[in-house]
Amino acid sequence: MEKLVEIASGVSGGTLNASDVVEEYLKRISARESEIHAFNLVTADQARHDAEKIDNDVKAGKKVGALAGVPIALKDNMCTRGVETTCSSKILQGWKPPYDATVVTKLRNAGAVIVGKTNLDEFAMGSSTENSAFGPTRNPHDISRVPGGSSGGSAAAVAAGFAAASLGSDTGGSIRQPAALCGVVGVKPTYGTVSRYGLVAFASSLDQIGPFTSDVRDAATLLETISGHDPMDSTSIPQPALSLVSVLDQGVKGMRIGRVTDLPEGCEPDVLERLEAAFDALRSAGATIVDVKLPSLQYCLTAYYLIAPAEASSNLARYDGVRFGNRVDAADLNSMYAATREAGFGEEVKRRIMLGTYALSAGYFDAYYGKALKVRRLISDDFARAYQSVDTILTPTSPSVAFKFGSKTDNPLAMYLCDVFTIPSNLAGHPAMSVPFGVGVDSMPVGIQVLASTLGEQAMFKVAAELERAS
Amino acid sequence: MAEKISQETVIKVSRLARLSLNTEEAEKMTAQLAGMLEHFRDIDALDLADVEPMTQPYPLKNVLREDVIAPSLDRDEVLGQAPTAESGRFRVPPTIGFDV
Repeated sequence: MEKLVEIASGVSGGTLNASDVVEEYLKRISARESEIHAFNLVTADQARHDAEKIDNDVKAGKKVGALAGVPIALKDNMCTRGVETTCSSKILQGWKPPYDATVVTKLRNAGAVIVGKTNLDEFAMGSSTENSAFGPTRNPHDISRVPGGSSGGSAAAVAAGFAAASLGSDTGGSIRQPAALCGVVGVKPTYGTVSRYGLVAFASSLDQIGPFTSDVRDAATLLETISGHDPMDSTSIPQPALSLVSVLDQGVKGMRIGRVTDLPEGCEPDVLERLEAAFDALRSAGATIVDVKLPSLQYCLTAYYLIAPAEASSNLARYDGVRFGNRVDAADLNSMYAATREAGFGEEVKRRIMLGTYALSAGYFDAYYGKALKVRRLISDDFARAYQSVDTILTPTSPSVAFKFGSKTDNPLAMYLCDVFTIPSNLAGHPAMSVPFGVGVDSMPVGIQVLASTLGEQAMFKVAAELERAS
Repeated sequence: MAEKISQETVIKVSRLARLSLNTEEAEKMTAQLAGMLEHFRDIDALDLADVEPMTQPYPLKNVLREDVIAPSLDRDEVLGQAPTAESGRFRVPPTIGFDV
């Protein structure tokens, strides 16, 4: 896997040809994509065209962007004007958005070459990509195992060398968990640092876009490019883009790293062993390990699986067969809505719409949704107390290494438990990232999660860079 | 918290959500939702009376922008992606004269 920063500096410096780079990546895609299924769509012609334009700009002495010639894959829930965007759902199959997401505009302005749209669990609901209407993505490290989800295609694309980097979205762990399972870096930034304009909404108070890369420096570079205030997103934090690359070599001497003493149960021993090794590495590098308690963490799954489906049931009401997507014809409007949605949505999406509609319905609102919002506050308060004594917190990203296909599909709750360590950051709106840190059972990759407080990305990246040096 | 969810409730909720679940789906959904709601009872033990609900992670208030005239989405491009459109408008089946 080449580094994003090496490609960008090579292309802008004239020592690398963007067209050669893109051909190399397209060659790898054609060699192994039928086995992996990372993509819903490979945009080869457009990629070649964009790369040629960058080469011409370099030859003409024009200034090119920070990501010049870098092949990047996009999760297929980010709008690309005139290019099919499906959310891996039958209801949107064939839909070509009339506008670009802000992140897409930013990538293009920086000179990135978009190579395709990656597979996901339908509408980003799942932890294995097994919920895609177009078939699952396979883990490049072992194709009998899932890549994680929901951004499984984006994680697999980077792990398989199909793209130098990719973007995913993370509502309850959908960037970090597949990053861990595929052995790449995945970042969910602070809620509001990357514009959600043009990201198809799942749960609006939790969704956030972030990068997948093969190392921490690439992640920092890509996140600097896509972050910053956007007037098109009313939840965008009014502040400039993040500054991250400059802190990567600062080390962790004197930093205080939190160890959660009441971590939810159910984590496999091989993963816990890697977590201990990560604490040892940081201690050797001069950090202090401090015990912290997060007593409300055990309730995060309940809060999340009430809040996220409630927001989803509202957001997904827009798929009504009128303005976009597919329609099943019927005699009257209400029958058309129901027939369209029944045919267009998969099982997991229906389950979450049902759960959310129920949690919001008259008579149950206070018992479920109202309570969940209060539990969300408790979790946020727990973190606020912990961050008085630590700079970052370390946990596993996923309770286990990548699991086999079909092993959790019959039990939704077992699948939901994959997110137990990643959900808390979404509920609090905090940044968190997964860094590969060795292997567990069957030599499958293990990811360590670094958590920080709101806008604490610099501390988080310092620790992540140190873990990378030690791994 | 509430009593165990019934299949009747599931069918009512599916109508509210504009999903037409068949009997088999409704049965499976009832069992699965009941399992999840059972798990969710863990928060019943918490005393939440004085806790302020948290609705957004980064509180911003009254986000306004200048009212500047700028191009909006191209109408033909938007309508071109609709299942059916006619004379510059979305076309839908009859909306009145039917029971809701």
